[in-house]
Amino acid sequence: MSDALPERQTDIGPPDYKQFLPPVVAKNYGKWKYHERISNAMMVHVGESGDKCYTVRAASPRLISTDFIRDLTKMADKHCGGFLRFTTRNNVEFLVDDENKAKALEKDLRDAGYMLGGIGDTISNVVHTQGWVHCHSAATDASGLVKVLMDEFADYFTGKKGLPARVRLAVACCTNMCGAVHCSDIAVVGIHRKPPRINDEEVKKACEVPSTIASCPTGAISPNPAAKSVKIKEDKCMYCGNCYSVCPALPISDPENDGVAVVVGGKIGSLRSNPKFSKLVIPFLKNNPPRWPEVTAAFRNILTVYEQGARKHERLGEWVDRIGWEKFFALTKIPFTHQHIDDFTIARETFRASVAFKW
Amino acid sequence: MSKKTYATPLLDQLEKGPFPSFVTEIKRAAKRSDASNDLLGILERCYNDKKTHWKHGGIVGVRGYGGGVIGRYSDVPEEYPGCAHFHTVRVNQTSGFFYTSKALNDICDVWDKYGSGLTNLHGSTGDLVLLGTNTDALEPIFAELSSRGWDLGGSGSAMRTPSCCVGPARCEWSMIDTLDINHELTQAFQDELHRPAFPYKFKIKTAGCGVDCIASVARADLSLVGTWKGDIQIDQAEVANYAKAGMNIQAEIVDMCPTGCISYDGKAIKIDNANCSRCMHCIAKMTKALRPGKERGATILVGAKAPFVIGALMSHVIVPFMPLEPPYDNLKDLITKMWEWWDEHGKNRERIGELIVRRGMREFLEHMELDPIPQMVFEPRRDPFYFWTEDELK
Repeated sequence: MSDALPERQTDIGPPDYKQFLPPVVAKNYGKWKYHERISNAMMVHVGESGDKCYTVRAASPRLISTDFIRDLTKMADKHCGGFLRFTTRNNVEFLVDDENKAKALEKDLRDAGYMLGGIGDTISNVVHTQGWVHCHSAATDASGLVKVLMDEFADYFTGKKGLPARVRLAVACCTNMCGAVHCSDIAVVGIHRKPPRINDEEVKKACEVPSTIASCPTGAISPNPAAKSVKIKEDKCMYCGNCYSVCPALPISDPENDGVAVVVGGKIGSLRSNPKFSKLVIPFLKNNPPRWPEVTAAFRNILTVYEQGARKHERLGEWVDRIGWEKFFALTKIPFTHQHIDDFTIARETFRASVAFKW
Repeated sequence: MSKKTYATPLLDQLEKGPFPSFVTEIKRAAKRSDASNDLLGILERCYNDKKTHWKHGGIVGVRGYGGGVIGRYSDVPEEYPGCAHFHTVRVNQTSGFFYTSKALNDICDVWDKYGSGLTNLHGSTGDLVLLGTNTDALEPIFAELSSRGWDLGGSGSAMRTPSCCVGPARCEWSMIDTLDINHELTQAFQDELHRPAFPYKFKIKTAGCGVDCIASVARADLSLVGTWKGDIQIDQAEVANYAKAGMNIQAEIVDMCPTGCISYDGKAIKIDNANCSRCMHCIAKMTKALRPGKERGATILVGAKAPFVIGALMSHVIVPFMPLEPPYDNLKDLITKMWEWWDEHGKNRERIGELIVRRGMREFLEHMELDPIPQMVFEPRRDPFYFWTEDELK
């Protein structure tokens, strides 16, 4: 690369995807007939033409170096004519048009130490956020939690163990939820438990008071004209941290009291039942880096009870809908507390207006 | 300047175990980059202190754009000078996340020269994220990338980088050309993507079918989901093959159909198509035997977002079926029209889904010139409190 800068262009948008499609994909584009899962690591799509496209999927930690990418591209050059793609859950996919090529590719990937899997009724890679690697509002790390969860459940990714249906995990490092935590089977979200601290001098300099007030979902923030700052009614604050996103002079991070909550039962597809939001099951677990053993144990407990109780093809949220939440808490032995009963915007909808329930 | 060596006993524990380690990745990048080397130091410190050491982003960017770069500064710059600035560059990914080695290697070359060598493939919204550079490097990075055909993605109160599922490129269920729609929309709305002028962010995600691998219904202000009209195509010979291979068709297909519209007599499947809700369960489980109907289009939904401020919302139906063929003018018109209303009435940091809740579906639908239909709701209202216009009283 020379030192003289090339001429910049603007508003060109992304390059045309067509140039990046492997030949077997370009030829059979929109003309696929069916697919079959061969293993957790491999599937084949068959075109109307009879052409076959074999996909081999490998795990990626998402936070990757250029070395990692160059290793992938070398593999793609060797086996796939220089084509590769990524999935919406951060895995890498290599596509070839012949079974023998696919087998050679799979062997090479395994020999190079890649973890292959994630296809079918598995625990695939974890959708997640930036955490302590890069974010100002993170109440916990994201990459670390993903790592320990995927280590814990590696067998479900690779296929040593099966599941009734896919279980989607997600990690969000704060309630801003840049990840898909609010609609995942089992997910963890970083939370705070104490109100933000007000730095009046900084509020005056750095913040717009009306937008700070408007950012509060519970109306806990009011003007403090004397200090040209704001006041927070602490008993109304739910520690969401949205005010801190708007006004940097309201820091909320607190190592003693920050931690994570576990939510379960969400799904995004419309298969069988409507998409569902995740629901709170564990209001707080302490931040215990680097390996958050309390979080992995909680996930393991929930997964085990689900595996034992669910019918084939039944997602976690569908299983809970069938057995009832009272049964979920009984089976998982997770204590039910004041925090579990909603007192936010949809509270009344969640109260049980029926005498039919289980002991 | 000799490179500082950091002891990272906590992070080192995240190099153990079968799943590939992001710590190993940071260490690889640290061999060549002071920024990544200091990132190791500051991240170990975060793990020790159990808190983040990053401050709010300042306004940084490239000339002529209002977004695409997220400013990030550390709160301990003297101790970790290499990552005192650690800005993120969002590069607009390709439709369906397809790449060639050459394209990715090109980006790596630029990033090794001007940045930390660390990336996210991909960020939550879909961008190819280049993680960690300083303010002075932004213009050179943009010149190098844009001259090679890459542009930046969105940030702030703008249309965010649209993204889509793998679609017709490698999926037999895709009822719409997700890659092409995604590409066309991104190109059509470049100004809205690069120059934030909206009340808040606006995300567009395109899914080929109701399986929704891109999570559009959960995560996009505008969700386009492929669907069909007409009868599910059945290959009874393949149905028999599934039964022969051991599938319990009664339990796995018939009993799990949410509308009870499938029957099976031990030989053939029958579907009462008029009562099918097109949920995709049977098709997804019997890929060789069942295929969607032949008239294809998309259901258009609006309004999904994460919990801030009024609680999480999922997108809801506004157009049950829209044929989508290039150049997608019907879709572009719909989007522009929705933006007009949101621009006119949205408060600062109010998503379109929240605005619809605040001002009511009626006003939104009237602006969109869409007639109310039962497919838009799970159920009609329960309360007796509703408006009449003078016209309706005549």
